[in-house]
Amino acid sequence: MSETFTKSMARNIFYGGSVFFFLLFLALTFASHQEFPKRDNHEALTPIVAKGKRVWETHDCIGCHTLLGEGAYFAPELGNVYKRFGNSTEAIKAFIKSRPVDGVPGRRSMPQFNLSDEELEAVAQFLKYASGIKTVRSWPPNIKG
Amino acid sequence: MKYQSQSVAKLYFIAAIGLFVGQILFGLVMGLQYVVGDFLFPEIPFNVARMVHTNLLIVWLLFGFMGSAYYLVPEEAERELVAPWLAKLMFWIFLAAGAATIVGYLLLSYSDLAKLTQDDLLPTMGREFLEQPTITKLGIVVVALAFLFSIGMTILKGRKTVVNLVLLIGLTGLAVFFLFSFYNPENLVLDKYYWWWVVHLWVEGVWELILGSILAFILIKTTGVDREVIEKWLYVIIAMTLITGLIGTGHHYYWIGTPAFWQWWGSIFSAMEPIPFFMMTIFAFNMVNRRRRNHPNKAAVLWALGTAVMAFLGAGVWGFLHTLAPVNYYTHGTQITAAHGHMAFYGAYVMIVLAMISYAMPMLRGRRAANSPRSQVLEMWSFWLMTVSMVFITLFLTGAGILQTYLQRYSDQPLDFMTVQDKISLFYWLRELAGAVFLIGLVIYVVSFFAGTDEPEVAEKVEVDA
Repeated sequence: MSETFTKSMARNIFYGGSVFFFLLFLALTFASHQEFPKRDNHEALTPIVAKGKRVWETHDCIGCHTLLGEGAYFAPELGNVYKRFGNSTEAIKAFIKSRPVDGVPGRRSMPQFNLSDEELEAVAQFLKYASGIKTVRSWPPNIKG
Repeated sequence: MKYQSQSVAKLYFIAAIGLFVGQILFGLVMGLQYVVGDFLFPEIPFNVARMVHTNLLIVWLLFGFMGSAYYLVPEEAERELVAPWLAKLMFWIFLAAGAATIVGYLLLSYSDLAKLTQDDLLPTMGREFLEQPTITKLGIVVVALAFLFSIGMTILKGRKTVVNLVLLIGLTGLAVFFLFSFYNPENLVLDKYYWWWVVHLWVEGVWELILGSILAFILIKTTGVDREVIEKWLYVIIAMTLITGLIGTGHHYYWIGTPAFWQWWGSIFSAMEPIPFFMMTIFAFNMVNRRRRNHPNKAAVLWALGTAVMAFLGAGVWGFLHTLAPVNYYTHGTQITAAHGHMAFYGAYVMIVLAMISYAMPMLRGRRAANSPRSQVLEMWSFWLMTVSMVFITLFLTGAGILQTYLQRYSDQPLDFMTVQDKISLFYWLRELAGAVFLIGLVIYVVSFFAGTDEPEVAEKVEVDA
């Protein structure tokens, strides 16, 4: 690097640039919060949905599935599974309930989690709530996820 | 080794390598489960193997960063470490907490682990990469605070160099942003928004400061180039990192219920994220070309150059590949992401830790500057085997990802997820094969520590003027 560009100039760019862009990031975060209520489907956030999120978390569903594209890539996207299953929480519950304990020979299979009826209902309601989040361009691109 | 207290780094490095081996073994298990779906089912389901694989990675990299800091901070500060006993104590606490967590994942069902650790009191579990029980997370905070205390006090009381200051800023940022792992709101959009404050601001933010300062330290030591020159480069590189990377967080805010303006901010700034990595490559090669000495530790220089190149390819090029919002619309959450993740982590963080271990370990084991030629040759073989197989893992996953994106999302007749997975299984088999070669490279790496330990060192050649 050229001699006229000194170390203290480089240092000032680092400190100045970092502080400026961090403040800009905070401003954009503030602007995001203004818009979250229009998109985040909070009207549907009932106690049963909150419980469903706990069921989702305590069984590490994200370790195989993606939810709005984030998670593991071993099993289908679940951000729109409610729609894929014909807008039916019953179909989601029936699927989770029917997983074979010992899996399927040679194939991937979701574990049998032995969820209680309440937990099943909660996690299905949680997935229904997730499908109501208004993502830009209605991601995922199609019903297959 | 100039200061006695630097020796605590050895413990950290040994643990790091041990956990690295575990990480790779579980990676191979997962890779096989991709094609033989019932492998180890239901004893070790995929999600458990994945948790072990990713959590071991994070923990061993943290061990590596801490070991690197304990080695280089005293040397830069020109004084002994403050409270080396604390560093040793924290090592055992961190190792015990890490081991207990991994054993918990493997022996208990995850829901039982959540119950056992009272996750309902302060729910933080069950989110990607942050699966650790809350009690483990609290342990990590304690270890991080004690670590920052001893590193920070050493720097404060000693000579203040740019390498030390940048490292300290990076490590402080690491600790601060980890605190967002305790924020887990019921609102999924908010949860996801702030989850990235840990994950993105770590790996595309403050971790790059740690990477930069360790790389600068190794280059100062092995090339003998004037510190002023190297420190100027370091400032410019990390400036570009944060200028692009902070707003670059926006490339995770495209499709999770966040506002549409992030499509622009995220695309533009994250498209510039390769710049600091490209500068790092130029920097490393420039310094080695302008070297004033030929350091006898060839392996360490190879890792240092390797990390500069592979970080640019993995984080820079493979990141750019799918970072623009219109592209990401189709690729988000596919094997393209997995391809990028593998090469970026290996190139940027695995290789910098291995570079530091390669540089420091000979001195920590009582040699003057470098291992014997026999040991170095083995280490360099492991470098090429692991690096080339990681390139192939990335290429095969990219192939899988392109097909998956097309068949499942882009074509006129989109197919089901599992139908597509069956169609692209050839790529998963090839990835597993490349993974097996990676393991061979890793075994050779471990063996290199035990080879030629009784052989004398090669004396340093007198400087050559290029």
